[in-house]
Amino acid sequence: MSELTLTIIRLGLLVLLWIFIFSVVGVLRGDIYGTRVVSRTPRKPAPARKPAERPDTPAPQKRQKRQPHSTVPQSLVVTQGVLTGTSLPLREAGTIIGRNPECALILDDDFASGRHARIFHRDGAWFVEDLGSTNGTFVGTERLTGPVRVEAGSTLRIGKTVIELRR
Amino acid sequence: MTTVSSFAPRTRRNVELVLLLLAVGIVVLAYVNVGLSVSGAFPPGLVTHTAGLLVISLAFHLLLRWKAAYADPLLLPIVTLLNGLGLVMIHRLDIANGRDVGSGLALKQLTWSALAVAIAAVVLWFLRDHRMLRRYTFTAAVVGFGLLILPLVPGIGRTVNGSRIWIGLGPFTFQPGEVAKIVLAVFFAGYLVQTRDALSLAGRKVLGFTFPRGRDLGPIIVAWVLSLMVLVFEKDLGSSLLLFGLFVSMLYVATERTSWIAIGMTLFCGGAYLAYLVFGHVQQRVHLWLDPFAPGQSDQVAKGLMGMAAGGLLGTGLGRGRPDLTYFAESDFIIPSFGEELGLIGLFALLVLYVLLVERGLRTALGVRDGFGKLLAAGLAFSVALQCFVVVGGVTRVIPLTGLTMPFLSYGGSSLLANWSLVALLLRISDVARRPVEEVQAGPTPSGEAKTEVVAIR
Repeated sequence: MSELTLTIIRLGLLVLLWIFIFSVVGVLRGDIYGTRVVSRTPRKPAPARKPAERPDTPAPQKRQKRQPHSTVPQSLVVTQGVLTGTSLPLREAGTIIGRNPECALILDDDFASGRHARIFHRDGAWFVEDLGSTNGTFVGTERLTGPVRVEAGSTLRIGKTVIELRR
Repeated sequence: MTTVSSFAPRTRRNVELVLLLLAVGIVVLAYVNVGLSVSGAFPPGLVTHTAGLLVISLAFHLLLRWKAAYADPLLLPIVTLLNGLGLVMIHRLDIANGRDVGSGLALKQLTWSALAVAIAAVVLWFLRDHRMLRRYTFTAAVVGFGLLILPLVPGIGRTVNGSRIWIGLGPFTFQPGEVAKIVLAVFFAGYLVQTRDALSLAGRKVLGFTFPRGRDLGPIIVAWVLSLMVLVFEKDLGSSLLLFGLFVSMLYVATERTSWIAIGMTLFCGGAYLAYLVFGHVQQRVHLWLDPFAPGQSDQVAKGLMGMAAGGLLGTGLGRGRPDLTYFAESDFIIPSFGEELGLIGLFALLVLYVLLVERGLRTALGVRDGFGKLLAAGLAFSVALQCFVVVGGVTRVIPLTGLTMPFLSYGGSSLLANWSLVALLLRISDVARRPVEEVQAGPTPSGEAKTEVVAIR
């Protein structure tokens, strides 16, 4: 047997060993089982953006000037509370807010109920209703007793969380 | 605030089959390599040996398909490869020492492998659910401690190479400590799953560490005394380390408290220093570790180191080195033998295989839903990891040399039997872990039809 063949076999063995290992690792990558727990950490408000904003030009006013006629809200933004900075498009089918994991906006707020409030669309307008929460939902300073019509710029307060509706 | 979703697992048995064939292929290639480089011809009986290996591994694979369809697909190929490579190396050392196939160690090892696979199959067959083992928690304790002290019983205990860890029954010799490892893991898991609340919650907080109450220290002290006794009376450093390390790690897994590790390490260091002061054989080992090239002592470690140095990066090639110059080249020193002939690249491949094996064990522990299974899988996986660390650390001078065998690679029937059974347990636990949960029947059942359930309180 020539020395060349032996060298090839010897190196081939090492190569095969590592091929085996990499195929095992490849299987590992695809082999997922059990439960997956995704923790949604609250996004921190970006501090870098703040200095860019001029304190003397209020942003909402500018926006209203540009398109004064449109008051239909399209998304909600959390402006105070643990989830500050989170935004979510509103859905025609209704957006449920609460602590329950099945809600669209899941609050991490001790003062919020499991299913706290709902934002829904009816007859071309958007309404907010309280879903029987313990601590109530406030639009501005007024506590909700029934569905109330909201527009872009309205602020909702749920527990310690303040949500603003935006266009 | 988290979202929980579950994955539908796949059985992945076909992946296992492919990897198994690849593993057998590598082993056969290694066998051919030895034959070609030693005698320049294909080894005689190559077809028979290949067929034998294939039949054994495929039989186990079919058993898995039948009895544990959701078991981890990677454990069997990895273990087969390790066992096969060990066989090839032992065969190669047989040739170097002038033993022919009929009287060599390789044939004995092959017989033991077949027996070990058969026993693993029996374990897998009869143990439908690993939770059955929990019933035998305290039986396991008695059996485990019994196995540990068995070599001390006059008449059946044998002293081999200064360690009294063997028993001899007629022509057979056996190392009961290897089996005791598994049985004690069952005991520790069963015991800790009952007591972990007391061990993890009660205690005083001092300097950021939560220290357990005095009375909760009982079990760890018992384990410590027991492992010291093994060290003193059986003169077996390795088993003692393995036993205590297994207990401390399982304690940590059960309680999530780092203070147990701190206490365990302190106790271990104290015990080890005490043993160093009192016992001559421990002092010998430490001197050998600190200065392996000093004259007037065993040159075993030095020869192993020289062998690995001779191998270099790519190795001399199977059959081309002189690993047979080291004593116990086929058991305790099989790692330097591989280091010499497969080189650093090959040795690291072997180590990665062990890492993957341990990873699958720990992954099983994460995946399984009951506390006992979690502890048992974590303990078994950790025992393999610790054993590898002790052996490889010993021959590479990270820690003093101790007498343990490398799982699956080293020559030794009891080690093979124990480790194959260990893998069978892991396969069973992983099958339970990966099997999809049966759908709970939806819809409310009328309370009038609710069955009375018998609830056992333990």
